[in-house]
Amino acid sequence: MNYLDNLIFAILLTLGVGFFVKNIKKISRNIRLGKDINRTDNKNARLKNMMMIALGQSKMVKRPIAGILHIVVYIGFIIINIEVIEIIIDGLFGTHRVLRVLGGFYGFLIGAFEILAFLVLVSVSIFWIRRMVLKIPRFWNKEMKGFPKNDALYILYFEMILMSLFLVMNATDVPFQQINSGNPISQFLVPFFENFNVITLFYIERAAWWLHIIGILIFLNYLYYSKHLHILLAFPNTYFANLHPKGQLDNLEAVTNEVKLMMDPTVDPFAAPPEGEENTIPAKFGASDVTDLNWVQLLNAYTCTECGRCTSACPANQTGKELSPRAIMMKTRDRLEEVGANIDKNGKFIADGKELLNDYITPQELWACTTCNACVEECPVSIDPLSIIIDMRRYLVMEQSAAPTELNGMMTNIENNGAPWQYNQMDRLNWKND
Amino acid sequence: MNVPTMSEMMAQGKQPEVLFWVGCAGSFDDRAKKITKAFVKILNKAQVSFAVLGTEESCTGDPAKRAGNEFLFQMQAMTNIEVLNAYEIKKIVTACPHCFNTLKNEYPKLGGNYEVLHHTELIKSLIDEGKLTIEGGKYKGEKITFHDPCYLGRANDVYEAPRELIKKLEVELVEMKRCKSNGLCCGAGGAQMFKEPEKGTMDINVMRTNDAIKVQPTIIATGCPFCNTMMTDGVKATNKEDSIKVLDIAELIANTDDL
Ligand code: SF4
Ligand code: SF4
Repeated sequence: MNYLDNLIFAILLTLGVGFFVKNIKKISRNIRLGKDINRTDNKNARLKNMMMIALGQSKMVKRPIAGILHIVVYIGFIIINIEVIEIIIDGLFGTHRVLRVLGGFYGFLIGAFEILAFLVLVSVSIFWIRRMVLKIPRFWNKEMKGFPKNDALYILYFEMILMSLFLVMNATDVPFQQINSGNPISQFLVPFFENFNVITLFYIERAAWWLHIIGILIFLNYLYYSKHLHILLAFPNTYFANLHPKGQLDNLEAVTNEVKLMMDPTVDPFAAPPEGEENTIPAKFGASDVTDLNWVQLLNAYTCTECGRCTSACPANQTGKELSPRAIMMKTRDRLEEVGANIDKNGKFIADGKELLNDYITPQELWACTTCNACVEECPVSIDPLSIIIDMRRYLVMEQSAAPTELNGMMTNIENNGAPWQYNQMDRLNWKND
Repeated sequence: MNVPTMSEMMAQGKQPEVLFWVGCAGSFDDRAKKITKAFVKILNKAQVSFAVLGTEESCTGDPAKRAGNEFLFQMQAMTNIEVLNAYEIKKIVTACPHCFNTLKNEYPKLGGNYEVLHHTELIKSLIDEGKLTIEGGKYKGEKITFHDPCYLGRANDVYEAPRELIKKLEVELVEMKRCKSNGLCCGAGGAQMFKEPEKGTMDINVMRTNDAIKVQPTIIATGCPFCNTMMTDGVKATNKEDSIKVLDIAELIANTDDL
């Protein structure tokens, strides 16, 4: 009969981890729908960025209050999860607190977990207050309605519950309390359970134990749907982030080839294409859908924490324009999910009459950007919303000739007289004699 | 004012140390032309061997690229690179952060490899090398705040050169709450300069001017002809023309030395 527990545990664990792996594979497949881009150079700099920004959270503390609280929750999350190792061993083999063999060190470990759990509870409560009582504006932009808003709250509730369960579990573990080592916080909860008999306490302890591990498994599988994916993806995302100066945009190679042909007087533009190239599909310039973006941009979309630091620093957003760099990332993820679901259903992508451009992101948003890089600078996990904006502008201009009229004028001027205004190139030195 | 062109230099068999890339605003915009001249005066005073391309210069293609027209950008870039390489240019200085960024970061992959400096960087090195001295005094008592151009600051991490120059003027340098990497854009970048803003509740340049007004400067200093226009308009829109001037760092330096 005793083996029933272990069996149930093993099944739950397999299901939980199995679904998680399945979801991770799906995410990885979706990210690979993106175009290739080489981000394997300069491994040392990449590793350093990952260590500093993802592991070290160096950009979080740019906003000190949120940053420090976040570090507490993050360290708590990682360290308390060491406890999961024990839970899994106990669950599978029917042992109880198997790591107690570590002796005094065990007390130290669990004690540290308890203190962290308490600090996490406090931090998470402050997070909740910041969102729901102080109503910090970046949590209330218009893209934060519905699921995105609830998502953030669910996570906070989740953490509160998990941490409380951990502490209750310890408080109601009579033998553990008797040892009186490693219970710096839970000992204060013991009085609440004073009037319960040993049997009841045992069941409360067991219930807390089970709910705790089930909660963790649910959390693991909730990640896929949530902005909390960043706890995993922040690592690859910071590793593969752009290393060039922020002002540098890539030069489209397909364009370079065509421009070189155009400018080379020895090339006959009407000559038949070289052998084997007749049927190549001409390159599409810029991006109108997620599959035109590169895989780093798609990884960015899955990594976005929806913190809104980018949007709160965006000059366009602050002055009431439609554009919000966070919304650019969220919409890219939503569309990518839709494309992924389409592939799951049909075996391959079947045109659904929708695109990232217009159906999700409007030209009005794209044309409001000043390319100031404030969003890129702000992002705590090295996301680059600007690169998506530029790729979509490229599509609008080069594939659809759909630039705002004034910009068409500017470009015509550059083409005709080498300046964005209508001045003659021959007058370029006139300032000298003005 | 001595402004030799590359073709004149070449005819005399000379090669200048540095090419001054004037840029479209610096060549044609009435306000920006003053900055161009102030900078030339500094170059003359420090006896820098320089030249301009004059009528052989053409737009770097920056606004076209940021508007999404990669074709036009690369056509401009390749034409310019042909000219620059034909003159065997090694070093370029410019007073426009947009030209600076494009020449420095986006031309190399297309075959244009140069050492590119923003004018504040060059002026600073002239002072460091003792080729230029600042008399000081003229702006004594003024309160100056520096607006970081996005394409100089965040885009290329140049924050200190302009500030060090301001500090040499014996003035009080006051920082806006959002400065350096947190600086707010003036609203002109990404080809916005050439179009009406999208629908919104406020203009970006006015918001940025308000940032400046909060620290009560007598001068807003910039290092970009477009920021200059935007901040000047912002100062007008907030009726502060009488109490706040908008000047480029080159102008501040040239004026101090009575050039
Ligand atoms: S680069 Fe564009 S989207 Fe990003 S902060 Fe600046 S204006 Fe906003
Ligand atoms: S892009 Fe970065 S800064 Fe913006 S919401 Fe996402 S994680 Fe936050």
